[in-house]
Amino acid sequence: MDRLYVLLMGFLSVIIVNNFVFTKFLGTCPYLGVSGRLDSALGMGLAVTFVTALSGILTWLVDFYILTPLHLEIIRYICYIIVIAGAVQLVEMYVRKFFPSLYDVFGIFLPLISTNCVILGVCLFIGIWGTNNLLEVAVLSTGTGLGFTLAICIMAGIRETMMLADVPECFKGAPITLITAGLLTLAFMAFAGMIR
Amino acid sequence: MPNNTSGTNYIQALTAGLWRENPTFRLLIGMCPPLAVTTAVKPALTMGLSVIFVLVCSNFVVSLLRNLLKPHLRIIMFTATIATFVTICDLYLRAFQPRMSEVLGPYVPLIIVNCIIIFRAEVCASKSDAIISILDGLGSGTGFTIALCILGGIREILATGQIFEIPVMPAGFVPWAAMQMPVGAFVTLGLLLGLASLLTSGKRS
Repeated sequence: MDRLYVLLMGFLSVIIVNNFVFTKFLGTCPYLGVSGRLDSALGMGLAVTFVTALSGILTWLVDFYILTPLHLEIIRYICYIIVIAGAVQLVEMYVRKFFPSLYDVFGIFLPLISTNCVILGVCLFIGIWGTNNLLEVAVLSTGTGLGFTLAICIMAGIRETMMLADVPECFKGAPITLITAGLLTLAFMAFAGMIR
Repeated sequence: MPNNTSGTNYIQALTAGLWRENPTFRLLIGMCPPLAVTTAVKPALTMGLSVIFVLVCSNFVVSLLRNLLKPHLRIIMFTATIATFVTICDLYLRAFQPRMSEVLGPYVPLIIVNCIIIFRAEVCASKSDAIISILDGLGSGTGFTIALCILGGIREILATGQIFEIPVMPAGFVPWAAMQMPVGAFVTLGLLLGLASLLTSGKRS
């Protein structure tokens, strides 16, 4: 029961309280770039969630069973990035072969997300948090992906409405999006310190 | 392109990144570090110098490898090269700047996925010779560093009333704690981008 509680709290923590976009600024590029429309934002978010969960688990396994016992911590980053790129490539091939309709939705986002900071960020932060069992890693990395989806969907919703607003010429596009993001961060700061 | 490597070409490669193709203000790529590490000038400067180092080295190596690159393996080659130099940089910071390394934390390894470096490798280094690539890396990196320092300077002055830990504001100044938080980063960068687009649109008309 205690372990379930810890897992649940960790899950909520990475989605709401320690949301990667709002507190650690990771994944800001797609957050500003792809948040123009709600449906593409949702597609991006789900693709990222899937790859985050997969590569979080894979890099943890590589780290725990291969790099640490062999004392090869020095090549950790290279291994991480290759595992992530490989995972993205695999997902792309798999989706293209077995779910062609899903591929049309995800298609353009899949190559993009191999350089998404959220994914490498999760792999690094899992090391920093000192998570040491597979279930926790899986829960935390899935949660992080969902947190990113939440952030990008809220942003897309706001931006769809903002199309109708009268924004000064020089603030059109990225500047106003950044300021909106700042205000959203302020809103999410209300959750700060609730869990851990 | 050995024919047109005249002096102007080199100068152009060096200066393009400073303003015309400034990664942060004009191209809007690599937005994570400008937001994350600019709570003060010192981490911002460290970050900027690390990015210059990685950018110059990886541009050089990618430029030497450019004839061996296979299109579908390109990105993995780029990232592996970048990851190597980032590891060097991280180890150096950990050994000689332990405090900065602690402050920057995971943002040093995150240079690997910084879009600027892959973008420069793709746009410039995989097409031109070694010297142009090095100059291009130096220019873009410097532009990025300047952007980081401006942002870091504004946030540090408003949040603590100090710059490089030297007090500069008058005695009655009340620090804006919000500038130290994520909100400050987003709003400051948004306003700066608005200013940048105001300046460029004024120049064009």
